[in-house]
Amino acid sequence: MEKKATREAYGKALVDIGKNELVVALDADLSGSTKSADFKKVYPNRFFNMGIAESNMVDVAAGMALSGLKPYASSFAVFVTGRAFEPIRQSICYPNLHVVLCGSHSGISVGEDGGSHQAIVDISLMRSLPNMKVIVPADYKETYAAVKASLDMEGPVYIRTSRAKSPVFTNSDNFELGKAQILKEGQDATIIACGMMSYLALEAAELLKKDNINLEVINSASVKPLDEDTVYNSAKKTGRVFTVEEHSIIDGLGSAVCEFLSEHHPVFVHKIGMEDVFGESGTKDDLFCKFGFTKEAVAQRIKDKLNG
Amino acid sequence: MDDFKNLEEISKKIRRNILIMLNKSGSGHSGGSLSIVDILVSLYFGGIMNYNAKNPNWEDRDRLVLSKGHACPALYATLAEAGYFDKELLWTLRKLGSPLQGHPDSKKLPGIEASTGSLGNGIAQAVGIALAAKVLKKKYKVFCIVGDGEMQEGLVYEALMAAGHYKLSNLIIIVDNNGLQIDGQVSDVMNVYPLKEKFEAFNFRVHEISGHVYNNIIDTLTTAKRNVISPTAVIARTVKGMGVSFMANRVEYHGVAPTDEELKKALEELK
Ligand SMILES: Cc1ncc(C[n+]2csc(CCOP(=O)(O)OP(=O)(O)O)c2C)c(N)n1
Ligand SMILES: [Mg+2]
Repeated sequence: MEKKATREAYGKALVDIGKNELVVALDADLSGSTKSADFKKVYPNRFFNMGIAESNMVDVAAGMALSGLKPYASSFAVFVTGRAFEPIRQSICYPNLHVVLCGSHSGISVGEDGGSHQAIVDISLMRSLPNMKVIVPADYKETYAAVKASLDMEGPVYIRTSRAKSPVFTNSDNFELGKAQILKEGQDATIIACGMMSYLALEAAELLKKDNINLEVINSASVKPLDEDTVYNSAKKTGRVFTVEEHSIIDGLGSAVCEFLSEHHPVFVHKIGMEDVFGESGTKDDLFCKFGFTKEAVAQRIKDKLNG
Repeated sequence: MDDFKNLEEISKKIRRNILIMLNKSGSGHSGGSLSIVDILVSLYFGGIMNYNAKNPNWEDRDRLVLSKGHACPALYATLAEAGYFDKELLWTLRKLGSPLQGHPDSKKLPGIEASTGSLGNGIAQAVGIALAAKVLKKKYKVFCIVGDGEMQEGLVYEALMAAGHYKLSNLIIIVDNNGLQIDGQVSDVMNVYPLKEKFEAFNFRVHEISGHVYNNIIDTLTTAKRNVISPTAVIARTVKGMGVSFMANRVEYHGVAPTDEELKKALEELK
């Protein structure tokens, strides 16, 4: 299967929506990594490198949105959501401005740069802000569609991309906010995932077939708003839910699912993610092994919980 | 005139170790590590810093905060040379379980005074460490190395303001002024110059020197240590990738490790 990094799709889509002359892109000295440099090549006059100054970049983007432009601001996910959190809260979310933020290098698949650079609470930070929409696309194709669709969304949007290459497996030509996709139907339990964990969830489900466990697998790239209907129907059908995300189990996709289900259809939910610990240096594969993000580890956890 | 031959030998060894570490790890920051080697060698081997490698938490030691944390291979190689830990550890850089993380982790390695990596935070932590010396009536000095690109972070200026306000004469900030960041030249990406006047505006004593000439570095830092009235800034003109001809002043070598072939060539130059 073809593998591509989701950040590549950000660059490509940005160039395509750049046909709209109101689109501007901002970056903070990481344009080659986030791929906003692709936009710079084609539209140098509408690209603004703001230097290593993420807080200012986000407030400047807000000012541009106030003036009718459509700003796309990117950096590593840790810095754009963490360093610039206050500008995002005050200047973008509070006035509900249409600014699209892209955080690349999310999760522990960043690898060797280590824990200081691995965003594992960015979904949490962005999800907690009123008006903010949070999109964690599963692959290159879905990222491309989401970035294109973001041009016509309203208010603030956070799109989370990854450094590492991952399988391109969705057929998402159009992205719809608040819509999840059922990747595989099943009746024994549901796995809800986002980002590159959606493919991993499919693989884990495949493994569990051998144990006569038939899982339903849902890709929920739209973490906020959550596709409540799809989550509700699946939980009702299977009665047991697992979530998988390359993020802390505190306040990420799993928590969004729990918040919804606890009120509307209380069932067993088990969250798989970073268990309130920071990441560290290592190759992506070593880290995925250590922190339990392999198809075998996920399958085993699910099996243990279902049998236990 | 002192003889700095010994320091030059040490710096060559450290440069070689940096390149070997990076090559073995397959990733990491070559350019910005090589540009601070002579500054680190002056601090640790030129009689500037008081430290005891066998007692890294000695409370009266001078502190070094590497605010441009991505250049940690240079610091790791220097600390190993100074005897803080076994040199064999160097070859574990960035590997799973290594105390030599991709960015400095003060929990994991002796000699690392502050966890850095997110630019701008180290310099502000250095202000805290310097302020703590005043509270605790300690005589230690705090050295902090910042990048010129890093000087774009607004947080840096909040730190400078506090340092000037509290007259932190025990704080010595060294700017690794190599003129480059990731996306290009500092003056093209987001001009931060002039730097001297910025520091002066925050009531710093400022020295402009070459960051690769030992007597220059050591004399200046010695003077800075004697300053009892204000914080000091040393703006050190450096070459990113210093010591390796094909890396020198090349922005492409910011965040990549040398290949096997490049390593061979580089080690040849650093004999
Ligand atoms: C807050 C923050 N934003 C972005 C980065 C990513 N980054 C790492 S190094 C670097 C460039 C640093 O340039 P400079 O300070 O001049 O360092 P040097 O040239 O010495 O490598 C950037 C943008 C970071 N580490 N921290
Ligand atoms: Mg620089």
